[in-house]
Amino acid sequence: MTAALASPAVTGGAKTRINDFSIQVATVNGSGSQTANTVLLRAIFQMGVFVSGKNLFPSNIAGLPTWFTIRASAKGYVARKATNEMLILMNPETAKEDIAKADPGALVIYDEPLQLDKLRADLTCFPVPFQKLVTASCPEPKLHKLVKNMIYVGVAARILGVDMEEAKKAIAKQLKGKAKAVELNQNAALAGYDWAMENLPDQDHIRVVRDNKTQGLIIVDGNEACALGAMFAGVTVVGWYPITPASSLVETFIEYAEEYRKDPKTGKSNVAIVQMEDELASAGVVLAAGWAGARSMTSTAGPGISLMSEFIGLGYYVEAPGVFFNVARTGPSTGLPTRTQQSDIEMCAKASHGDTLHINLYPGNMEECFQFSYDAFDLAERFQTPIFVVTDLDLGMQNWSSKPFTYPDKPFDRGKVLNQQQLAEIKDWGRYKDVDGDGICYRTLPGTPGGKGAYFTRGSGHNDYALYSEKPEDYVSVVNRLRKKYETAKSYVPGPVFRNLGSDKGILAFGSSDPAVVEAQDTLAEQGVKTDYLRLRALPFTAEVDAFVKAKQVVYVVEQNRDGQMANLLREFYPEHATKFKNVLHYDGLAIDAKCIVDQITAFEQK
Amino acid sequence: MSTATPSAPTNRLGMTKQDYVGSKSTLCAGCGHDSITGQIINAAFESSIEGYRVAKYSGIGCSSKTPAYFLNQGWGFNSVHGRMPAIATGASLANRSLINIGVSGDGDSMSIGMGQFVHAVRRNVPMIYIIEDNGVYGLTKGQFSATADKGSHLKSGAVNNLPPIDPCTLAIELGCGFVARSFSGNPKQLNAILKAAFAYEGTSVIDIISPCVTFNNHDASTRSYKHVKDHDFPLHDLGFIQYSEVEDVEIAAGETEIVTFPDGSKVAIKAIHEGYDPTDRFSASKAIHESMHKGEFLTGLLYINPQNAPLPEVLNLVDEPLVSLPESAVKPGPEVLAAIMETLK
Repeated sequence: MTAALASPAVTGGAKTRINDFSIQVATVNGSGSQTANTVLLRAIFQMGVFVSGKNLFPSNIAGLPTWFTIRASAKGYVARKATNEMLILMNPETAKEDIAKADPGALVIYDEPLQLDKLRADLTCFPVPFQKLVTASCPEPKLHKLVKNMIYVGVAARILGVDMEEAKKAIAKQLKGKAKAVELNQNAALAGYDWAMENLPDQDHIRVVRDNKTQGLIIVDGNEACALGAMFAGVTVVGWYPITPASSLVETFIEYAEEYRKDPKTGKSNVAIVQMEDELASAGVVLAAGWAGARSMTSTAGPGISLMSEFIGLGYYVEAPGVFFNVARTGPSTGLPTRTQQSDIEMCAKASHGDTLHINLYPGNMEECFQFSYDAFDLAERFQTPIFVVTDLDLGMQNWSSKPFTYPDKPFDRGKVLNQQQLAEIKDWGRYKDVDGDGICYRTLPGTPGGKGAYFTRGSGHNDYALYSEKPEDYVSVVNRLRKKYETAKSYVPGPVFRNLGSDKGILAFGSSDPAVVEAQDTLAEQGVKTDYLRLRALPFTAEVDAFVKAKQVVYVVEQNRDGQMANLLREFYPEHATKFKNVLHYDGLAIDAKCIVDQITAFEQK
Repeated sequence: MSTATPSAPTNRLGMTKQDYVGSKSTLCAGCGHDSITGQIINAAFESSIEGYRVAKYSGIGCSSKTPAYFLNQGWGFNSVHGRMPAIATGASLANRSLINIGVSGDGDSMSIGMGQFVHAVRRNVPMIYIIEDNGVYGLTKGQFSATADKGSHLKSGAVNNLPPIDPCTLAIELGCGFVARSFSGNPKQLNAILKAAFAYEGTSVIDIISPCVTFNNHDASTRSYKHVKDHDFPLHDLGFIQYSEVEDVEIAAGETEIVTFPDGSKVAIKAIHEGYDPTDRFSASKAIHESMHKGEFLTGLLYINPQNAPLPEVLNLVDEPLVSLPESAVKPGPEVLAAIMETLK
């Protein structure tokens, strides 16, 4: 019997940060550290503590530095925190730099031979003989590199007061019951824990105390949530091309489709998934499948949207449905493909040549990633147009805790599609006739029998009957109707959500900025600056956005790009209020934190 | 159904040829593309194709306008330059009961759309892929395309210094199971090829030399009507017998080779060019290369392998068109979501 199951003797002083700290783990990518970090995160989560994880990884397969941040927060703040209370330094390449950047008072776990304890006097150092421990706990030398990281999980568990039973459970869950791997890793974690119990002193800086905040919650990433939304939305054609950070959306979908989208009798697939030769072809597949009556989608990032843009303009103009996920990353060009940004806002709002305005959805949490993905297919078919679901790497690839998703009971909205019987009863059908006055016309699908309803879809000028036309009045009529359709969409897209503290100062943000904004709003209020917060969830801007903009003296537009792209759109659509919008920006590729928002708004307020 | 006079001949569906026409062509008078359009109409009529099941796709260019000129009963999608194959891929997967006809040009398929051509062929998308090949960009007024022969002249006198890309040998290389070349001035051959293509399940690539009467029909062009006529070497006499007629048609024994399609239709190939075997991929490829070297156009069914599985089969899709599946078939129930949520806890 080891000490592993005993309650660790962590002291709790008056200044102890209970369930309120960040840990940063520095490793080398390709070393299996992602598994170890997820185990540590899960173990804390299983103890009922709100926790969030951010993986800061390189665009590389193996050998480059990677950092993982775990934040625990009793208040439920899940944004990245600018300061870290604990560092776990496993990468000799970056250890000295990491130490130099450490926040005063931080605890530092590191590999003993790195000898970091002489570098800073204001840190608490915990050197650990990792190699010795791994050799003792793991009989197979070729696995040493992989299980070495699990040792720091045990060491950290001891220092933080994490129950090792929870860590063991988390290992079993993470390795999905692969018995040998589970045993090997549990042994490694226990070896770290036992060693730490015997050799490391107590600390009263930070600790985990069992709570009940995560009862019934799930841990999921946004790409998985979007994939699930699409699966329940009955997507039947997927054309895609790999790109970070969007690939795992389709890859996760493929895994689920293997299990849940097969015909039970024949075992044949009821969804066609094709990895295309590029994003141009992916967009073509999506729009043509939508045109033919399928629910279709692709998943990409900014460079992919650039390549798809010619097709997206065609889709907008010929009115073909399709769902385009943009899991945004730091651009332009390859930029920082493994870092996050909200820098495709203007591009997705207007993707393509000519006058184009698209419906965009901005999920801000995991439940919305799921629900909006489901809704996007309804919107695409209702409005017969490309729909963008815009997330980013932070939402898409990081671990988030969430309430379990609610089953979408609402039946599919397949939009205005005429079948053979309906066509037979209509005397004068025209593909682009605005019969209902909402800008949305009635379409037919290829293969409809009965001899009526066939039409020729063309990117060239066309009239109400889809016939070729270069007449000025025909062109204007079509593009004006498309604009009317955009207006109609205002009553279909999800409206904003508010967090109002009672103020004539507004904050407007969207997507992954939400947790940092909420935290910043509280901090600002403590400092005497109250704000009302509107979280935007879609384009076009709806009536609630109109009212908010009109009512506020100032609107701080928080977003993760250099140019204030959403603020630019707001200035365009609300020219009479253009001077109210102030840019609060974060664009270094890291997830946005509350401090940068507080600092910028405070600076504006002090002007 | 028929709109023509009662005396007009009808096909197996009771349709007349008039039921297969499209809008009036707006191409130049005498354009080879219009002859091809005429043969598509004839072949569809004679093969008793159900017009409402036809989906017509194109990119951009003179050739890409033509889907408006045939089969008005079918749906058309004139897309963007070089991207017709992606459109055909998406729609054919969405609804596998569609009969897909893509019309492209040499610029659309061999320049801007080369990547899409290659990958559609590689995937064996179920479609007839027609390339109306005149070696020149017509709609932008006479620039060379990638199929123009080295040394060929533009009307302006400009000489093409680059070697041509041949869609047929490329398609054979990519594993295409139906590769044909024809000439807009040889309606009989083209008719038989198109009818066979309608019966073929995967991608049938048909490169049709189609002289541009406005920009590429002068004496120094290797794509002029006269030049092609003089250098057209038909490989064989082709006969196509649809599955429905197989029992009624007697095929003469002897030198005629018969290729049978999965639906029972047959292609009868009577060789003119001795020693050419259209079922042998490597020797076919060699013979085409040799003839091109001599400045000839070998025409006919260059390569045929009717057993290639088309994309929907490769993807193991359900038999019913995906667009016809009810919500209950594609939306898993609440118990599935609940089970997934449990695994994420």
